[in-house]
Amino acid sequence: MFSNKYKITKYLIPAFLVVLYVTYAGLKLANAQHEVHTDSTSVVASTEISATAHGEASHEAAAEEHKAEKVDAGKLIMEHIADAYDWHIATIGHTPISIPLPLIIKDDNGLHVFLSSKFHHGHEAYEDYELKEGKLVNTTGAEFLDLSITKNVFAMFVAVIVLLIVMLSIAGSYKSNALRAPKGIQSFVEPLIIFIRDEVAKPSIGKQYNRFMPFLLTIFFFIFINNMFGLIPIFPGGANVTGNIAVTMVLAAFTFVITMINGNKNYWAHIFMPPGVPGWLLPLMIPIEIIGVLNKPIVLTIRLFANITAGHIIILGFFSLIFIFAEMNTGLGFGVSAFSVAFTTFMSFLELLVAFLQAYVFTLLSAIYFGSAVEEHHHEEHH
Amino acid sequence: MQLVTPGIGLIFWMTITFSIVLFLLSKFAWKPILNSIKEREDSINNALSAADDARKAMDALKSDNQKLLNEARAERDRMLKEASEMKDQIIAKATKDAKDVGDKLITSAKEAIEKEKLNALNELKTQVAVLSVDMAEKILRKKMEDRSQQESFVNDNLKSITLN
Repeated sequence: MFSNKYKITKYLIPAFLVVLYVTYAGLKLANAQHEVHTDSTSVVASTEISATAHGEASHEAAAEEHKAEKVDAGKLIMEHIADAYDWHIATIGHTPISIPLPLIIKDDNGLHVFLSSKFHHGHEAYEDYELKEGKLVNTTGAEFLDLSITKNVFAMFVAVIVLLIVMLSIAGSYKSNALRAPKGIQSFVEPLIIFIRDEVAKPSIGKQYNRFMPFLLTIFFFIFINNMFGLIPIFPGGANVTGNIAVTMVLAAFTFVITMINGNKNYWAHIFMPPGVPGWLLPLMIPIEIIGVLNKPIVLTIRLFANITAGHIIILGFFSLIFIFAEMNTGLGFGVSAFSVAFTTFMSFLELLVAFLQAYVFTLLSAIYFGSAVEEHHHEEHH
Repeated sequence: MQLVTPGIGLIFWMTITFSIVLFLLSKFAWKPILNSIKEREDSINNALSAADDARKAMDALKSDNQKLLNEARAERDRMLKEASEMKDQIIAKATKDAKDVGDKLITSAKEAIEKEKLNALNELKTQVAVLSVDMAEKILRKKMEDRSQQESFVNDNLKSITLN
């Protein structure tokens, strides 16, 4: 177990540093923008812009910005990393080109299913619904359940379909190519599968690793392929699926539920009767243990979400710099673009690493939680 | 704030999709893939251990052959040594026998020679005696031709007998 702990810390430190760095860079960027806008716009507007930069944009500020056609990096970045009801590809002049996605809304009047093109890019309301700052609202203020196929859901579908096609075809070639050396894409996937089995599952879980292998492989490849698709800048990719807290939350919830289901007597005994703890400490220890258990899925959720979102933010930030500087001076914009492209290239390579690393870390931590859930007590004679 | 607020729709679709993906991949992808990998690893391991066993068997066979060869060589050496010893023995025995036979022959020859010599000597003695007697007879015959002499001789002899 010691070696595993050592492995996590080895990857946690760089991951933490990246997050720290990205946060710092993001703040710097927001401040820089703040200053830029203070020079050109009124004090009132600038405070609103800085608010947008922190992700708390108000509708009015955005509308003002739209009219003024000023570059608002914060808004641009948030639009890219947040979920949307249509898949925006480009805006030529004033005409946005986007793929409309279906909205599925359940309210007191029944089920509403329609395409997001009915909103005309947020300019019109349809069936009591309208888009305000990319957010769906009911014009009458009634409660509703939004089950729309959003950009992230659609991107996830695309990634999942690719994943299924690849993996099922590989499974087929394993059958037809039995006992032979792997060929084609099999050769790419097999080392990853063996890596998950031999370096993640076996050392973390132990004897019962086989039971958890399908789940570990699924989360690893699911996160990995979604991370990779997120790095593709145009249509089938570019969505921030694994950088969406709902997605990471569900993934972590799966890990949590599987841990809870598989927790053996020994696991629960460690939580409710920690060995070697005096009785008077139990009222303190049990809540701490419970918080520790609940903490694990939260940590998983936030780590993946923060890492992937941070990567998207920094790349978009570098691109925004081009337009911020171009606004001041066209030549300066061209000058900065060289620097931005160079840094974005570097960041993209880093993101390729992070895409793999985060999938690996998520899988490894899940495996370790499963391992702690099924670990047998060493003094136990019978099992 | 929007960024860290999970959307209910996304949670819903994510849960459904992920469950389906988990089910499909577990049943139709991971199970056959993991089984195939395991099978292949086992077959490779088996093949390797079989090769190892074969090599060991061959080594054993080789060492057996060597042993047999060594034994055969030792046997040959032993036989050669025995043969040479036997040869030496035979030669020694033959030499001894020949010597014995020669010695015996020489002894018997010597004995025969001795015997012949004795016989010859005896014959010579007899001849000498005969000749001496003949000579003495002749001499006596000559000396006793006249009567006087015969009487004197008989008297002489009678005298000596009387004395006795």
